[in-house]
Amino acid sequence: MKTVLGIGGTDDSIRALEHTLDRVAETGDELTVAVIENPDSTPAGDEVEERVEGIIEEYGVDADVVRLSGDPGSALVEFAESNGYDEIVLGGGETSAMGKIQVGRVAEFVLLNSHTSVKLVR
Amino acid sequence: MNGEGITDVSGFPETPFEFDDGEGRAIEVREYDGEREALLSMYEEFDPGDRAQGIPPVRGDALERWLDGILEGVNTVAWDGNDAVGHATLVGDEGMDAHELAIFVAQSHQHAGVGSRLIRGVLSLAYDRGVRDVWLSVERWNRAAVRLYNGVGFEKTRREGFEIEMGTRLTV
Repeated sequence: MKTVLGIGGTDDSIRALEHTLDRVAETGDELTVAVIENPDSTPAGDEVEERVEGIIEEYGVDADVVRLSGDPGSALVEFAESNGYDEIVLGGGETSAMGKIQVGRVAEFVLLNSHTSVKLVR
Repeated sequence: MNGEGITDVSGFPETPFEFDDGEGRAIEVREYDGEREALLSMYEEFDPGDRAQGIPPVRGDALERWLDGILEGVNTVAWDGNDAVGHATLVGDEGMDAHELAIFVAQSHQHAGVGSRLIRGVLSLAYDRGVRDVWLSVERWNRAAVRLYNGVGFEKTRREGFEIEMGTRLTV
């Protein structure tokens, strides 16, 4: 399986990365982590990329890291489709104090527009 | 998008209060006072199709944990005799002044005016407790809920993915 994980730096996207690295450690799937420009995430791209590299190293698995510029949803869908990925993985949304799940706009765009299967990590 | 709305709570009923619902049943709205088991029963029977954004969690530990968390906030319960048939709750966000609102009505008592009474009761009680800014999120296809919230002064503040966020400021 060839997987691309989109990450903008929000807490749910970091959880999705950790979950996916656990899976990759078990399955040996091919993983690319795409750092996207998430308008809802405060940390800037360089900072996110650094953090991602650190986490990957911690897990000791092989994964490529790329930077995607422009609109995050469409950049991710285009990247996945033009590079033959089987699956796009994203964070499954933030949870409010009330416990309500709120799915972000990147996830919504990808769900509605991607011809590649999409996985949201909870 | 637009700013939050304004809700004048002075015309809202003060808890406890009673009314006859659309089906002629006598309903009482009271502040939550430790009737945890009755609320658990209501949520255990809750139609999974009426869940919104993952709450209430399906039965079990997750439901109990969720309930314990929200019961720390401002809570009102609608009663039909000894049965809890509706619950409105306001939960404070850590590090934020705003409180998040959610409201649940048992399937047996929907479309009977229980929700609109419950929401007015909880907002009035919240004002007395010093709550001023209230927000909520609602799935954007849930027009009945958006109408209910509009009716008590909430305005859309943000459209985020599948949800709409709405907010209001309580005044008298």
